[in-house]
Amino acid sequence: MNTPDELRYAKSHEWVRTDDGDVVTVGITDHAQDQLGDVVFVELPEVGRKVKAGDTVAVIESVKTASDIYAPVSGEVTAVNDALDAKPETVNESPYGDGWLFRISGSADGEIEGLLDAAGYLRSLDED
Amino acid sequence: MQRTPLYQKHVESGARMVEFAGYEMPLHYKGGINEEHLTVRSAAGLFDVSHMAELQVAGPEATPFLQYATLNDPGKLKLGRGQYNMLPNDTGGIIDDLYVYREGEDQYLIVANAANREAVADHLGALAEGRDCDVRDVTDDWALVALQGPRAALVLEGLVDMDLTAIKRNATASAQLSGVPVTLSRTGYTGEDGFEIFSSSKDAGSVWDVLVRAGSVPCGLGARDTLRLEAGFPLYGHELTESTNPLCTGFAWVVKDKEFHGRAAMWDAQCEQRLVGIRMVDRAIPRQGYRVMDRDRDIVGEVTSGTLSPLTRESVGFAWVDADLSEPGTRVWVEVRGRPMAALVVKPPFHSS
Repeated sequence: MNTPDELRYAKSHEWVRTDDGDVVTVGITDHAQDQLGDVVFVELPEVGRKVKAGDTVAVIESVKTASDIYAPVSGEVTAVNDALDAKPETVNESPYGDGWLFRISGSADGEIEGLLDAAGYLRSLDED
Repeated sequence: MQRTPLYQKHVESGARMVEFAGYEMPLHYKGGINEEHLTVRSAAGLFDVSHMAELQVAGPEATPFLQYATLNDPGKLKLGRGQYNMLPNDTGGIIDDLYVYREGEDQYLIVANAANREAVADHLGALAEGRDCDVRDVTDDWALVALQGPRAALVLEGLVDMDLTAIKRNATASAQLSGVPVTLSRTGYTGEDGFEIFSSSKDAGSVWDVLVRAGSVPCGLGARDTLRLEAGFPLYGHELTESTNPLCTGFAWVVKDKEFHGRAAMWDAQCEQRLVGIRMVDRAIPRQGYRVMDRDRDIVGEVTSGTLSPLTRESVGFAWVDADLSEPGTRVWVEVRGRPMAALVVKPPFHSS
């Protein structure tokens, strides 16, 4: 299982990558996609939506079940990965790359730092 | 938690194991549910279904007893044949759906769902009191695998000592499979040609290995569920329950017009709702428990099963709807995360038009 060191993680299995300035990209972890199995449908938020950390902002459906995806940080949704509409399986194939879900800008100071690092996320899996 | 005789095979093949009906069972192997599903539609898949329950009913009164205890008519079976059947309760509902095989003139083998093993055994045992026949749980004597798909017969052909064309749909035969004694049954739960293969528990591992080496692909419970749904078959706990009147479903053909346990409660009931197939028009996947609405957003029913069909890529499922909305072609709406999503009532199966 792949858990890149340069990313931050939420206990609810989202990863966060800081892009330029105050924009972050969000996706689900390799562990999460493996647990879900074949992803067949992804419902993404509207661009422009204001979200708070912990809000349900997306839904990933696998063959077996529908799973909520939470905003790991607060801010405004500035982009979503429309390519997942036609190829939802990209979430399985490339969870940290082309399988990203959405971008958020304007998170509050300290929110990203407050997330888990890779080691912390791995530890949180053991506690499950 | 119980394990089937094939547990070690699943773990060695990298299966994701889940709890199902008290057993540790494979949900899927490395390829995932979609790939396994498509393999069964195009080639041959192999399922461990050893968790299923087997009961033997035997004795001079076995035939009239089962004719009374079940909805279909086991008395119509020729020796060695099997039939789909259901076990009614006394309120017009279903205790379990079953396969009933006639092993002898006065001897039957019943295959029931693992989760209902005790309920079926207890019910049949109580109903047989005072009858000249015995009900015996023989689950632990048997391992059972299902070889399913258009290439199933090709996979099996070179391994058995008999001509498979002699085994028609719903028929059984004793055979040697690479030297192991088995019973072959030309039945399944996928909508494809295939065989369910009974062996002793100790032979299960070698049967599994031989069939995998011959080209069948291990498949888990995930694909078993999507395949049966696509094929329009019910799953107990979803489409069939203790409160389901089968006469209000597409499976009413199972119910024969004869005396049976709980007949009046079932026969005299009105079908205020009917179980129908649905196909989504809007992009959303129906799931068990989702509410069904009419044009005015009034609640008119509930989804019992649903998935995205791995073959057609359409979202399909079963749902109860008010009887006046049950005609194929009727538009209904499924409430998905608070939003009404359009769907059509359709006649299963969902994978062939």
